[in-house]
Amino acid sequence: MSENTHAGWFSGVDPDDLDGAREAIEGGSADEPRAWPALAVESGFAADEDEYYERLHEATVYATREAVREAEIADDKQLIHAVRAMDDCERVANELAERVAEWAGSRREDAGTGIEYARRLAQDDASDDPLVSLARRVRDLADETDALRSHVERTAPEVAPNLAALAGPVLAARLIALAGGLEQLARKPAGTVQVLGAEEALFAHLRGRAPSPKHGIIFTHEAVSGTHSQHRGSAARALAGKLAIAARIDHYAGDLRPELEAELHGRIETIQGRDTE
Amino acid sequence: MSLPEGVERRSFGGNEWLATEGEPVYGEPTDGSWRRWDPRRSKLGAMFELGIDTGLDGDETVLYLGAAAGTTVSHVADFAGPTYAVEFAARPARELLDAAAPRGNLFPLLKDARKPETYAHVVEPVDAIVQDVATRGQAKVALANRRFLEDDGRLLLAVKPRSEDVVQDPSEVRAEVVETLEACYEILETRSLEPFHGDHFGIVATPR
Repeated sequence: MSENTHAGWFSGVDPDDLDGAREAIEGGSADEPRAWPALAVESGFAADEDEYYERLHEATVYATREAVREAEIADDKQLIHAVRAMDDCERVANELAERVAEWAGSRREDAGTGIEYARRLAQDDASDDPLVSLARRVRDLADETDALRSHVERTAPEVAPNLAALAGPVLAARLIALAGGLEQLARKPAGTVQVLGAEEALFAHLRGRAPSPKHGIIFTHEAVSGTHSQHRGSAARALAGKLAIAARIDHYAGDLRPELEAELHGRIETIQGRDTE
Repeated sequence: MSLPEGVERRSFGGNEWLATEGEPVYGEPTDGSWRRWDPRRSKLGAMFELGIDTGLDGDETVLYLGAAAGTTVSHVADFAGPTYAVEFAARPARELLDAAAPRGNLFPLLKDARKPETYAHVVEPVDAIVQDVATRGQAKVALANRRFLEDDGRLLLAVKPRSEDVVQDPSEVRAEVVETLEACYEILETRSLEPFHGDHFGIVATPR
């Protein structure tokens, strides 16, 4: 894609080429909106504004229809790959950002830390400096993480609408990944869903060396993390119960049932309303 | 408070309802070429029904964020001019396509409203932004999309406190949303959308 941020979607697109138009709509970007209809007429893309809007309508309907069709064929296995790739990219980006910070600290006045510092450093035009080059890799990996997260956010509700609505798309994808698939998750009892991602603590407990874990990865859900520690076990149990039901509906039925969300909120409110010592 | 040109009260089954003129979308009752606009299914419909001054006269260029299955945005396209409908999820976008197909002025965009730069090469400056996105960071979405709005334009925002924070008191959420918005917008009206949408409130604002 061209990185021209002043051009409209129609720039360089043949009015009869719907696939080219789709690519431009999906992949293009601009910082600010401009008077695109007038600019399109000026550039000869359309004879007048009415014709421009006709072409825009045709192109946006086509692009959306194709994207929806592609999203429909997403499955749980693809979602698992995407969420694991997202976590890998994020982990590696953070590791390399630490390396960049350490290296920069040894020779630059303006040294900072983290991904944001690497992004700043990547804009440096010292192209043959190995430190700047490494910072660019960090920036690209961070961008890749964002793109993968968007992909997960779009496909998780397709694969598991109820689970994604209750858990959020990313946590839903992680639960499916931990279970090894939507069917495997749907077959697990709520108590197992509750401690998915806390296997180490669970096995330590089973060997008699630790208390039982109250929650695994579902701790990242605000219903658990936002609850006072005294009632966190109850909140985790309530959430896991609803998530297990959601996964079963998604696997065996597939329709979205908004009442699940309302039930969960009611349950969590009750738990959070309890007195704390 | 007057309704925009192209929105009228008409009689359906003996009762007065809001209506717009256009192809039916989801099997709503019709009266000739007019289709009932149900305020219980539409936050913007509820705003009109409650007499909130939206500043819309009809024929505006509109950016609609959170178009979902297209129920409300189809009514908007019936009375407005070019209408850009942004929706992130593929599932409801299927129905949105059915609403858009017979409406030459309705442009569906499968985009993330939190990332306006991904559609600013398609969307022109607009007279009104209608926003109904049930995700966290609703006020931030309105700030990020401020770039599309003409100086005398209107932001018509439906906020669901629950989406912002499941566990926080809705009135606190409301105060926080208003405070965030005030960085870029002057707020003209804030009102609960009861009884049509018990868990929502509506905001009318104009760019600072």
